[in-house]
Amino acid sequence: MKKRSLVPIIYIIFLMLPIYWLVAMSFKTTNEILAGFSLFPQTFTLDAYRTIFTDPTWYWGYINSILYVSINTVISIAVALPAAYAFSRYRFLGDKHLFFWLLTNRMAPAAVFALPFFQLYSAVGIFDTHLAVALAHCLFNIPLAVWILEGFMGGVPKELDETAYVDGYSFPRFFVSIFIPTIKAGVGVAAFFCFMFSWVELLLAKTLTAVAAKPIAATMTKTASSAGYELGLLAAAGTLTIIPGAIVIYFVRNYIAKGFAMGRV
Amino acid sequence: MKTENQKAWFFVLPVLILVAFNALIPMMTVVNYSVQETFGNNLFFWEGLTWFEQILRSERFHAALGRQFLFTFLILIIEVPLGIAIALSMPRKGFWVPVCLVLMALPMLIPWNVVGAMWNIFALPDIGLLGYFINHVLGISYDMTQNPFAAWVTIITMDVWHWTSLVVLLAYAGLVSIPDAYYQAAKIDGASNWSVFRYIQLPKMKNVLTIAILLRFMDSFNIYTEPFVLTGGGPGNSTTLLSIDLVKIALGQFDLGPAAAMSLIYFAITLLVSWVFYTVMTKDDLN
Repeated sequence: MKKRSLVPIIYIIFLMLPIYWLVAMSFKTTNEILAGFSLFPQTFTLDAYRTIFTDPTWYWGYINSILYVSINTVISIAVALPAAYAFSRYRFLGDKHLFFWLLTNRMAPAAVFALPFFQLYSAVGIFDTHLAVALAHCLFNIPLAVWILEGFMGGVPKELDETAYVDGYSFPRFFVSIFIPTIKAGVGVAAFFCFMFSWVELLLAKTLTAVAAKPIAATMTKTASSAGYELGLLAAAGTLTIIPGAIVIYFVRNYIAKGFAMGRV
Repeated sequence: MKTENQKAWFFVLPVLILVAFNALIPMMTVVNYSVQETFGNNLFFWEGLTWFEQILRSERFHAALGRQFLFTFLILIIEVPLGIAIALSMPRKGFWVPVCLVLMALPMLIPWNVVGAMWNIFALPDIGLLGYFINHVLGISYDMTQNPFAAWVTIITMDVWHWTSLVVLLAYAGLVSIPDAYYQAAKIDGASNWSVFRYIQLPKMKNVLTIAILLRFMDSFNIYTEPFVLTGGGPGNSTTLLSIDLVKIALGQFDLGPAAAMSLIYFAITLLVSWVFYTVMTKDDLN
């Protein structure tokens, strides 16, 4: 083994330590956690997981989160695809300004928008629905999706479009049956980043929901304060929130590094 | 070459409508609040620029802003060089590449409040792995709920843990795009490791690093959930960053006017600094 491979190994160990601790914690009993320090669970228990999978307020948290994240990803990609195509292929009045303005929305602190969002979505009458959270997350996910997709589309030669038109393809048919399959890696990467940023966001998701669409993260914060200090349960819930991300990341492992970088390297 | 086509606007329209709905209406609400005083019951009184003056002069805001800049500065100065160093020492191809990438990207996919909770459990003085290690193995007194310095070390370490991988992934993407021929040419010329880095790798990574620094700046400047869950802004106000302070004013005290004025100043600062970063870092491309 070469000496320089030590650096990534040490870094990965550093990354894994807090995750290990969370997972180890989730298998301990509350008594053991509060009694003192132990590197491994002494009395191995699955009670915390049993609680989560049998209590509807817990497992509905997960279902709610996955629902709004999926809706958001679908909306973001669906509207970003034609827009990214326009940015990568055409010049039009105000295109550069529009592109920059889209990106500035990525810079808006969520804390700034929490209250106005609450009022806006209440006024429209979709407060506490999955759609509300999905739409709110579009604020930062659409610009990101447009940005990534535009990078990937820029790498596709224009001749592809022109040949298709010469062959008698209409635009919609070309776009759906030729163009999208060509950049499917880009669509995968963009979907991954939309999933990621919608999954990890809490402030807006919590502000825009009360009961019916409450995300798992909000269920966790409520448990932390109301039901005493049930660290084991909290750790188990946290451990379960890592799994969807890990699954998604596995599918795009060969493309993640490209995600932001494509077309700009 | 791109062709001029005004009909392209129709392609952009859905994006424009959705983002405008989400950005413009709430933004106008904020602007509206920022110039008015309310005593509830939907009664509003014109206040002009009073709130802006009050915020810009308030020591509380200056302190939070100072802490925010310190936090962002510290994490940038740690994460960027560290991320480049790790990317440089990663294998270029083979079985271990996807394994490394998946493991490294994992922290970024954990919900932010879980990151905070995880580090809280990890750093608890007597029952957390990190806290126990520092207190009982190294013998250094460490308690982030009591000691502001310990709290700062913890939130910085947490952010380094959480986001260094983003810099690694981007820098790595830049590195793998360098053709082997460049390295061979450097070898023939007898270039040292440093000059390979300085004249081949760094210029190739410049664009992705610009993106990395911009993203890390924006996200660390807007950070809320992780430090809030980890320290709650304490002990005292020592880790109350801008967003935490803003939410305290807006949702805690329900002072809508000052909170809105503060939001606008906050957003303006983020935009301004991002713009400066962007202009400075892309200056060479324009010449």
